[in-house]
Amino acid sequence: MTGVGVLFRRELSLAWGKGGGPLLALAFYAAVATLLPLAVGAEPERLKAVSTGSAWLALALASLLSLERLFERDYEDGALDLLALGATGLETICFIKCLAQWLANGAPLALAAPIAAIALGADPDLTPAIIVTALLGGLGFAFTGGVGAALSLGSRRGGVLIAVIVLPLFAPPVIFGAGALEAFASGLDGRTGLSFLAAYSLAAVALGPFAMAAACKNALS
Amino acid sequence: MIGALNIEDLSLARGDRLLFEHLAATVSAGEAVALTGANGAGKTSLLRCVAGFIRPLAGRVTFGGADADEARSAGLHFLGHQDGLKGARTARDELAFQVRWTGGDEASLGEVIETLGLEALLGLEVRKLSAGQRRRLALARLIASPRSLWLLDEPMAPLDAARREMFGALMADHVRRGGLILAAVHDPLPIKARTLEIAG
Repeated sequence: MTGVGVLFRRELSLAWGKGGGPLLALAFYAAVATLLPLAVGAEPERLKAVSTGSAWLALALASLLSLERLFERDYEDGALDLLALGATGLETICFIKCLAQWLANGAPLALAAPIAAIALGADPDLTPAIIVTALLGGLGFAFTGGVGAALSLGSRRGGVLIAVIVLPLFAPPVIFGAGALEAFASGLDGRTGLSFLAAYSLAAVALGPFAMAAACKNALS
Repeated sequence: MIGALNIEDLSLARGDRLLFEHLAATVSAGEAVALTGANGAGKTSLLRCVAGFIRPLAGRVTFGGADADEARSAGLHFLGHQDGLKGARTARDELAFQVRWTGGDEASLGEVIETLGLEALLGLEVRKLSAGQRRRLALARLIASPRSLWLLDEPMAPLDAARREMFGALMADHVRRGGLILAAVHDPLPIKARTLEIAG
């Protein structure tokens, strides 16, 4: 197995392993979806109107949870030193870490998203659209979130700093994703929103690792 | 293969604090150098500068004509105070990862497990190992992945007397085969080594 392969396997095992992993994000997601009716009222019509948007908001917040662990632990325990002295560039390392993050957290959240949305009153026919938008959005969250996680390396209260950096970057996918779902729910063509969401997420995948690598190099110095 | 490490007119600072100026030194193939100096003199910073993590204020580090990026990614091991091991994973998984990541293979892995006496630890989670056991696990990559320059920061600190002797023998063997060692230490290295003092 190549260096990239062993790193990917290790990152997946760390993301899935002890310390919560996807279960923590899923539990948080379920808690937010459960609290919503208590906050806005339990009338089905009211909940239905906000179901897809709320599911997306919960998705964005749940995606924040594991970002602090993305680079901080490697930075503190010396693993980032070790990784930086391998034959694989830091950009590729950051890409692999975010990909593993998406598979371990983003994908389970995307699969859970329709359950929460339907529980809040969304049309079950929207299930495929919710999963596709959540998968694409999760990819954007992982790679833009990675930039925030790398930029906050070594700072005190990194978790809060990550949220401050990352939440503005989460706004476009939330707007495009929730907008696409709103359009599909209203019987309109949601493909425009979906295309913008895909473009944003792919741009994050393409550009994010370079920003993360630069931030990691800065933190290591 | 790194033939020599050349530190040329190097000045290092951390933040606003100047650590040292105009440091010049050479570590040749088959040589070990013990880096000494008071706490905070800049020993660790020098090692991190050689590893490419810290940019010097002035001067440069070269690797005997080899390309610096290539030398750093394939020719040197850096073992700092932190070992890079993940507490939640087993010693076996972490050992395999560190060795493969630094270019070692399956065959060398088996050999190093025997040399360092790691068999009994392999099934344990890293978090359950003592500091000395963790250090032995981290040392494994030095032996299993052939890289010529070893940058070591207090490598002996958590080891007991018997393990220090064993690691001394491994360092002596590395030097004998043409390897280079630059080690920041407070206690003398257990092998013949030239001393380079950082005045601070």
